[in-house]
Amino acid sequence: MLKHKKIILIICFLFIFTPVAAFADTGVVIPHDFMPNFVIGDINLQFGRILPYKKVFLNGLSNTLKITAISLIGGTVLGVLLSIAKVSNIRILKLFAQFYTSIFRGTPLMVQLFLVYFATPQLTGYDIPPFIAAVVSFSLNSGAYISEILRGGIESIDSGQVEASLALGVGRRDTMFDIVIPQALRSVLPALVNEAIALLKDSSLVSTIGMLDMMRASQTAMNATYLAFEPFLVVAVMYYILVMFLNFVAKELERRLKKSDRS
Amino acid sequence: MIEVRNLKKNYGDLEVLKGINLTIETGQIVAIIGPSGSGKSTLLRCMNLLEFPSAGEILIDDQDILNKTVNIQQVRENIGMVFQHFNLFPHKTVMENMMYAPLKTKKIEKSEINEKCLQLLKKVGLEEKADVYPGKLSGGQKQRAAIARALAMEPNTLLFDEPTSALDPEMVKEVLVVIKDLVKTGITMALVTHEMSFAREIADKVCFVDAGNIAEEASPADFFTHPKSERAKLFLEKML
Ligand SMILES: Nc1ncnc2c1ncn2[C@@H]1O[C@H](COP(=O)(O)OP(=O)(O)OP(=O)(O)O)[C@@H](O)[C@H]1O
Ligand SMILES: [Mg+2]
Repeated sequence: MLKHKKIILIICFLFIFTPVAAFADTGVVIPHDFMPNFVIGDINLQFGRILPYKKVFLNGLSNTLKITAISLIGGTVLGVLLSIAKVSNIRILKLFAQFYTSIFRGTPLMVQLFLVYFATPQLTGYDIPPFIAAVVSFSLNSGAYISEILRGGIESIDSGQVEASLALGVGRRDTMFDIVIPQALRSVLPALVNEAIALLKDSSLVSTIGMLDMMRASQTAMNATYLAFEPFLVVAVMYYILVMFLNFVAKELERRLKKSDRS
Repeated sequence: MIEVRNLKKNYGDLEVLKGINLTIETGQIVAIIGPSGSGKSTLLRCMNLLEFPSAGEILIDDQDILNKTVNIQQVRENIGMVFQHFNLFPHKTVMENMMYAPLKTKKIEKSEINEKCLQLLKKVGLEEKADVYPGKLSGGQKQRAAIARALAMEPNTLLFDEPTSALDPEMVKEVLVVIKDLVKTGITMALVTHEMSFAREIADKVCFVDAGNIAEEASPADFFTHPKSERAKLFLEKML
């Protein structure tokens, strides 16, 4: 168990401190031929020309990671609460959680993002910053998905676990939070990492509300240089590396969980 | 003392308990035996309200625990239960399994609880396994740990639901030895079991449950040598 905690901590650190590290000016001077230009027949790939936008890409990376990490935390908290509502026997809570999930899974994330970003100022007069709008809509959305994942996890826990705890004189609430949820979280950790991957990729939507994320950074580079392939290839590789890293984490978690389940 | 009076339980149309009357005196060891599906587990699980009866009374020391004003958590603190499939918490070590409920429910220092649990582990022969996760234990060790966990709450009554039925034959004995040691402590016990010779050895009273009724209630000596009911005779022939 301790090892899992460590892994989770490492993931959190990476998410939170990578952007910080990216901001820090390392003072390393990248030589001009670092990303050379390629000429293949008629095609002339000029990676060198987007190099000046390094800082923009790093800012984009930082924002993408921040939005993903914060939304993931918000989504998990919301998901835990919703999943408890779903397995509770309070009818109204259950119905609400089911309705909530159906709404957020039944409409495009982009529509949700636009509703939060554009409709909030209209309805409340609060001029919501793009970053807040992104984090709020992504948290609300991933909360719906995570609650479904967790509900499955909770229902997969043997009823004998609850019975043992109740029989010892422990209350229902403590049993839920100390016995059921930790085991459920454990069993759905790989699925949660997949949700993190989906969130990371979906965060590219924030470029549509004017937020400088990785996607927007590549658009900026395109507009300034009139090059399309080079900036989008760079950003694709950046997403891919991040997803592969999360994938690796998922595999590693799965491997460790299997190992500790073997008796 | 536990007095079960005219206890009924149905699941929908299925009547599982059809009016059980049973008295378990303080310090008494009662063996509950009977065919599969006759309602033994249901009867036991009603006594700590893991199942809520449909009708009847359950008096524990003259208090009706079916009364809405009764704090069921408090009742359960005094009645431990040991399950067929152990139901240890897999994400907690043996020691954490044992300390969890006392820490949550009792106002005792953690160090004191720890001390107490170590003693209990010694008693069931698992002092070396305190920091081991249940997944690494054998079936017999798991059940002994589960018994120790129940004892950590210092209950005055223990309910056993087929504690050795899920065990490989070579591990049955180590668990029975632990239960036998408990008998000497004067704890009250209700034990559902298919281990006939063990029931005969430790029980003060045998209840034969058949199709939701207590078909026969007798001393072990009488029951195992001269069962009165036809059903019990048939059952014993099959078991022995
Ligand atoms: N939650 C439930 N819902 C519906 N029927 C149930 C439920 N629990 C038990 N039953 C039924 O009640 C009857 C008695 O079950 P119980 O588990 O008490 O039998 P048992 O005597 O303990 O049997 P065994 O020796 O196999 O453990 C069975 O027919 C069973 O199918
Ligand atoms: Mg049973």
